[in-house]
Amino acid sequence: MRRWLYLLPVAVFALIAAGFYVALGTDSEALPSALIDEAAPQFALPPLPGSDKGLTTADLKTGVSLVNVFASWCVPCREEHQVLTALAASKRVPIYGIDYKDKGETAKAWIAELGDPYTLIGADDGQVGIEWGVYGVPETFLVDGTGHIRYKHVGPLTQADVDKTLLPLVARFEK
Amino acid sequence: MKRWLFAALLLAAALAPLPAHAVRPDEMLPDPALEARARDIGKELRCLVCRNQSVDDSDASLAHDLRVLVRERLTAGDSDAQVVAYVRSRYGDYVLLRPPFQRDTWLLWGGPAAILMIGLWGVGRYLRRQARMTGAPPLSPDEERRLANILDGKPPA
Repeated sequence: MRRWLYLLPVAVFALIAAGFYVALGTDSEALPSALIDEAAPQFALPPLPGSDKGLTTADLKTGVSLVNVFASWCVPCREEHQVLTALAASKRVPIYGIDYKDKGETAKAWIAELGDPYTLIGADDGQVGIEWGVYGVPETFLVDGTGHIRYKHVGPLTQADVDKTLLPLVARFEK
Repeated sequence: MKRWLFAALLLAAALAPLPAHAVRPDEMLPDPALEARARDIGKELRCLVCRNQSVDDSDASLAHDLRVLVRERLTAGDSDAQVVAYVRSRYGDYVLLRPPFQRDTWLLWGGPAAILMIGLWGVGRYLRRQARMTGAPPLSPDEERRLANILDGKPPA
C-alpha cells in the first residue's frame, strides 16, 4: 500500500546529499563580484612618491587591461608578484596597480625589491578599494577596452590562473 | 551573605551583557540622529573580511572604512536606502546581513514555511486516520445476543 511513500525519505536524503556534495565542493571563500559587466568606477588616484603619474579611470579605456589591487603588507601579494612580473615581461596585456591602504615609501621599496610589473600605479587609502568592491587583497580585475569590468580574481594569481583563465579572457575581449 | 552577594553579582553580569560595538569614538558623528541612523545601517551590513560580523561589530579595517563611508554619505544627505543601495552595488547581495526576498532567495525565505505546511499536512492526515480507526461499526443483533450470553456466563452460541 503506497509503497512509494516509504521511498520518499530515501529520495529526500539523496537530494540533500547531492546538494551538499555540490555546495561543499565549491570555493565559498571567493565571493562573486557585483561589478561584473559594469563600468569600472570613476576614480583618480595619486602616484606613489617619486612617480609623476597616478591612475585614473581614463587610463583603463585604452584597451583590455588588468587592474591588480596589492599592498606591500600583504603576504600573498609577494607570492603573486613574480607571476605578474612574468606576465608584464611578455607584454601581452598592461597591468595597472592599485596600492591598497599602504605607506607610499614602503610600497616604493617593495616594488624596487621585487620588480615593477605595473604600467601605472595609483595609491589608494581605501576609498577607491570600496568603489571596486575590494574586500581582500590581492584582487585582480580584467577590464575591457570600453572600461567595463569583465572578470575578477580574488587571491593570489598563479601561473595556471594566468594561462588558463586570464589570457584566454584577454584574447576574447580583444575582439 | 557574602556568597549571596557574589551570586547576585554573577547573575547581574550574565543578564546585562554590553553590546560589543567596534565603532570608534573618532568615527562618530556629532549629530546623534545621524549617528543612530549610521548604527542602524552598520548593523545590517556584513563585514566581508570576517563574514559573520556586522560592519558595526567588526574591528577589520574594511569595516572601519565602510562605517566612515556610511557616515560620509549620510552627512551628504543620502537616505538610508540610498546608502545601502550604494554598498550593495559594490559588494553584491552578500553584504546584506538580511537577504532581500527576490528570485534567487524565495527558497531561503519560503523554505521553512513550506516545510511547516508539509508537516501540518502530515499531522492532519495522521489524525484523520486515527479518528476513522477508533470509530468501530456497531454490533449486529446476533453479536449483541452472543455478547449478552457471554456476560451471563452461558455458552455464546
